[in-house]
Amino acid sequence: MDEIEGNVWEFGDDISTDLIISGKYKFKISDMTKLAEHAMEGADPNFAEKVNEGDIIVAGENFGCGSSREQAPLVLKELGVSAIISKFFARIFYRNAINVGIPVIESEEIPEITDEGDTLRINLEEGKVENMTKGETFDVETLPDFLLKVVEDGGLVGQYRKKGKFQWEE
Amino acid sequence: MGKTISEKILSKASGEDAHAGDFVNAEIGTAMGQDGTTPLTIDAIEDMGGEEVWDSESIVIVMDHTIPSASVGTSSMHKRMRNFASDMGIENIYYGEGICHQIMAEKGHVKPSTVVVGADSHTCTYGALGAFGTGIGSTEMAGVFLSGKLWFKVPETMKFEVSGEIPDRVTAKDLALHITGMIGNDGATYKAVEYAGEPIEEMEVGERMTLCNLAVEMGAKAGLVEADEKVENFLEGRVEGEIELTKNDEDAEFEEVIEIDGEDLEPKIAFPHQVDNVKSISEGEGIDLDQVFVGTCTNGRLRDLRVVAEVLEGHEVDDSVRMLINPASREIYERAMEEGILKTLMEAGCIINNPGCGPCAGSHQGILAPEETCLSTANRNFKGRMGSEESKIYLSSPVTAAVSAIEGEITDPREVDF
Repeated sequence: MDEIEGNVWEFGDDISTDLIISGKYKFKISDMTKLAEHAMEGADPNFAEKVNEGDIIVAGENFGCGSSREQAPLVLKELGVSAIISKFFARIFYRNAINVGIPVIESEEIPEITDEGDTLRINLEEGKVENMTKGETFDVETLPDFLLKVVEDGGLVGQYRKKGKFQWEE
Repeated sequence: MGKTISEKILSKASGEDAHAGDFVNAEIGTAMGQDGTTPLTIDAIEDMGGEEVWDSESIVIVMDHTIPSASVGTSSMHKRMRNFASDMGIENIYYGEGICHQIMAEKGHVKPSTVVVGADSHTCTYGALGAFGTGIGSTEMAGVFLSGKLWFKVPETMKFEVSGEIPDRVTAKDLALHITGMIGNDGATYKAVEYAGEPIEEMEVGERMTLCNLAVEMGAKAGLVEADEKVENFLEGRVEGEIELTKNDEDAEFEEVIEIDGEDLEPKIAFPHQVDNVKSISEGEGIDLDQVFVGTCTNGRLRDLRVVAEVLEGHEVDDSVRMLINPASREIYERAMEEGILKTLMEAGCIINNPGCGPCAGSHQGILAPEETCLSTANRNFKGRMGSEESKIYLSSPVTAAVSAIEGEITDPREVDF
């Protein structure tokens, strides 16, 4: 799998799925392009306009807490977010992100030293994250192999289309 | 080594000797989707090229978050769900019957000792019925709809052992908020939370559902109460076939056992904008209210409505307050009607909405304006959840909500005589 390189948008602790995409929109808008215009609105009203393809989100603790809405990782994917690093994730968001093909990385250290606008390079297979701006490299825990494969296939849909079955059926 | 309830249910469902930390592929008992999540599941199934579901009888679809629909967009999603159910032969599809978790319990779709997944975070509620219930996302649900299986990491269990007598007008909701405040909204991330002890045994199934419902607000994968004859009684005539209850082994290993003295408990309020921002009611007293909302999968059950009606009987909701009631299901609505509860609530000035999620998720039936304050019996008070980003949501028990509606401000239910 190719390395991921992108610039950082920083967020704090407890970014809930309501902040990532509000129920006001998600219960009535099913067009992901339109829905994505409201991504992260609760935490940063201008995020959707500012973010660029390939950018990386770095957040504090418990990113994605709250509801099971998969629209949360989907709007971030729609905007081109290439990876999310958080001290730790809420469990449903963690699974959802992988299932829609966004790599998630847990690290206590990286959010502490990273600043908005820093450039990161991520190698998922080796479990390495390099902060190119600051010249520091961090070892991070790799995803279990079966989840890394889901990310490589672009999510669960991509994996099923490729193999005709789910990994839990193997 | 002995096993916890989670370890036993996941062992049975996977056919493996599963312990905390193991990854297992488990057979799913029932899979449920609601109207906020199922449209994406349908997208995923179409993208996958899935033509038939694993077992149409084990799939449940509930339209509850925005019913009746308040926009063309929502109506179109509902229409798509109906068409999908019809195409796949799914007969368990509900519209206007109530909130998914209450429907799942009442209609017998939750069987003790099975793994139940829902594309809704509060699926953890089913632990009150002796099932391992957990929330998943829409694409995974597509995987479950097609295969009937899913991977899980077997969770560690945090056990809360409650002793003593919980004081009058202090409820299951106050206990759950107390624990959420104590361990934080991430205190049980990836783990199962179990509630035990005499006060829990004395609680009816509906109160235990309130406890288990809040488990996800601590980050938990599942909420659990050891099932007993109260669960059997509740499920009698609802669940088909034999009911098997799963208990912890005597030598089960818990990650942590936390003792709570029930006598020390008091009414609690979760302050904006986080569920773990829990404070004693004394710190909230006097906060002016614009809206009071009683309902949701946390506190919209018959007992909750009954308590609220007992308080409101012969009193009126303050002129400054809009008081909204959403019974959690049609069955509850009917029984509340038969018991005269709805009449009492109407006479006190409440607005009675249809069974469903109501204004909890901010899509309809009571949107908050900027600077407005709502006291809600729901499970979430995130910024902007019920409307304006500048509004405020406080969470409480139904009895606290009822006395506060009369006073027009947050009020300690122990200090008033209505």
